[in-house]
Amino acid sequence: MRRARRWLPGLLLVSPSIVAIGVFVYGLIFWNARVAVSGKHDEVTPPGFDGGKNFVDLWDQPSWPGAVRNALVFTAVFVAGALLLGAFLAFLMDKGVRAEASFRVVYLFPMAVSFIAAGVVWRWLLNPAPADRAVGLNQLFHDTGLGSLANTWWQHPDWGMAAMALPAIWQMSGYVMALYLAGFRGVPEELREAARVDGASEWKVYRYVVFPQLRPVTLSALIILGHISLKVFDLIMAIAGKQIITYVPAVAAYVEIFDRHDPANGATIATYLLLAVAVLVIPYLVWTIRSERAR
Amino acid sequence: MFGRTRRGAAGRGRTMSFAAAALAGVLALAGCGGDGGSDDGSEVEVFSWWTGPGEAEGLTALQALFEKQNPGTKFVNAAIAGGSGTQAKAVLASRLQNRKPPDSFQGHAGAELLDYIKAGQIEPLNDFYDENGLRDVYPKQLLDQITYKGNIYSVPVNVHRSNVLWFNPGILEDAGVDGPPATIDAFIEALKAVDAETDKVPLSLGAQWTADHLLENVLLGSLGTDAYNALWQPGANWNTPAVKGALDDFAEIMKYTTAEAASTDWQGAAKAVVDGRAAFNIMGDWAYGYFVNPAPNGLAKKQGTDFDHAPAPGTDGTYMWLSDSFTLPENAPHRGGALAWLKTVSSKEGQDAFNPKKGSIPARTDGDESLYKGYLEYAFNEWNKPDIELAGSFWHGVTANNKWHTDIDTAVGLFLQHKDPAKLQEALVTAAQNSGR
Repeated sequence: MRRARRWLPGLLLVSPSIVAIGVFVYGLIFWNARVAVSGKHDEVTPPGFDGGKNFVDLWDQPSWPGAVRNALVFTAVFVAGALLLGAFLAFLMDKGVRAEASFRVVYLFPMAVSFIAAGVVWRWLLNPAPADRAVGLNQLFHDTGLGSLANTWWQHPDWGMAAMALPAIWQMSGYVMALYLAGFRGVPEELREAARVDGASEWKVYRYVVFPQLRPVTLSALIILGHISLKVFDLIMAIAGKQIITYVPAVAAYVEIFDRHDPANGATIATYLLLAVAVLVIPYLVWTIRSERAR
Repeated sequence: MFGRTRRGAAGRGRTMSFAAAALAGVLALAGCGGDGGSDDGSEVEVFSWWTGPGEAEGLTALQALFEKQNPGTKFVNAAIAGGSGTQAKAVLASRLQNRKPPDSFQGHAGAELLDYIKAGQIEPLNDFYDENGLRDVYPKQLLDQITYKGNIYSVPVNVHRSNVLWFNPGILEDAGVDGPPATIDAFIEALKAVDAETDKVPLSLGAQWTADHLLENVLLGSLGTDAYNALWQPGANWNTPAVKGALDDFAEIMKYTTAEAASTDWQGAAKAVVDGRAAFNIMGDWAYGYFVNPAPNGLAKKQGTDFDHAPAPGTDGTYMWLSDSFTLPENAPHRGGALAWLKTVSSKEGQDAFNPKKGSIPARTDGDESLYKGYLEYAFNEWNKPDIELAGSFWHGVTANNKWHTDIDTAVGLFLQHKDPAKLQEALVTAAQNSGR
């Protein structure tokens, strides 16, 4: 009884959260998985059980393989681009620029804009109209004599998704910068000085002393960017809407559920998305728990 | 450390909103418990996608008439923006599945409503038609087309025409094209002439769905009305040389369209014609209201000088129709208000108030002809011609159910990338087989 007095109030305090998360997160994940294997391809058929057949059949949907390919291209370009640009900006900041605070604000600012609002502007910026009707970036290129740089952006049939990653890089690289800058500032000055005394060049100081200590930062950034990228939906809808050329899994799920009225396909896509994010997040969680225990 | 604090805060916020949502759910259940599906006429929530130029004004006119006729009923406009209703239909689907229907919602008359009908989400309106004597005032063909297993499920307020060719007379003159082309072959010749003789866009196009719209027009123009209508019957064969020929024409026509098509909706594509940047555009007749209405909702252009119209190539004598209609959802919270709304919508006064603004004509046959000027006078007379042939628009919900509709859209979207008419035909054959019709 006395022991219960120690743990009971705490449990009571958190139990609403536990119940809510249990129902609204894990309960809904379970329900989604149930629909995915239900064979319920319209709203009238009562749910049955198709033994996961739909996870295979989905690949015969003409729009699905392209959506997966688009998501992979987008993820590769966006994650690499945002990491490199963010690290580079942080490096410049760390080297000391005048008015660092205002630069920091400028680079972080896009984070304050939602994907959906930024998308409206980027749709105009990335318009592929030819020279005489050009607007946005293409017009800028033509007017400054850089006409050869003008291109079809996201409407390129093969690599359009790489252009689609530009707005996302613009939006998230400031955040990556902030992560790295915090990491840089956390590296004790004594370590750098010791390296310099040993005759290391400034590049070598970063290459061999600073960056190796930032592995946790890089990993966090990778996880955060990676899961944003796999789930990307609002940016695509704002720029392109539901057009096959920029299909990604989240858009495909939306179309399956709301346009095609096929709940099983939509739930299957959602399950694939959850698995893809889990592949990223679970190793990270395992690693975090292990390193915290080691401490 | 920072990360951990953030996560905690987000978690708390989530719990709060879940609690709020759960509470709202309980309250809603309690509200329903009273007397489900009552004849409450205190309010009517009307769901539509009429927010764009022209259509929003039409809805306002209809609302004004409704409020005059029903002073005790509060009108709630639940319109959601998005061309062709693409966003609105998603919101509607989730509301219907959550058993929170609006009192009446807009839907294209025809096969588009099949999913709602099969799911038992809308009520048959046979009694409503009988009580209000509506069976005699709508064209018989129209009612036949929207009857499913002996029941009518919606009240058409207007008729739109899908097969309209909009053109810029000045550019046609510059290109040496002698008036609007009457056949698909002449159309292709005209596109070539514009391409060769001027620096204008031969055929302006918008986002992917406008290519679907173009496809239905090319199919109708190339195949003829009977063969087009036959494509939508159960078990129809899409794997024919005639369809192949039509798709070859489609592929040829697509060569003369705008490079930036995917960046704009139908308004941008139609505007290119009246602004003198494109020679042709094939779009439904809702473009007319957009062209002639005053700013800010229209472009205030003049028919005859800034633009003109003709039947889409090869479709003269056929009215490819689509119709906006209103429904009565099962368990509408204010059934009395909904029925009053449907009565206004189906009345001669209602249709004559709505249609001149929207740029469409009454679905009823007894509209006041004097209200319809310019293009609309032409459309009014075409619709009421005794020998007019009717073809249902697939993209605008008449002939294809939702699954088929989306699968054709996917096939067209893939075609925009691979440009291979043979692959397009293969995909269309599969789509027809999978349609479940």
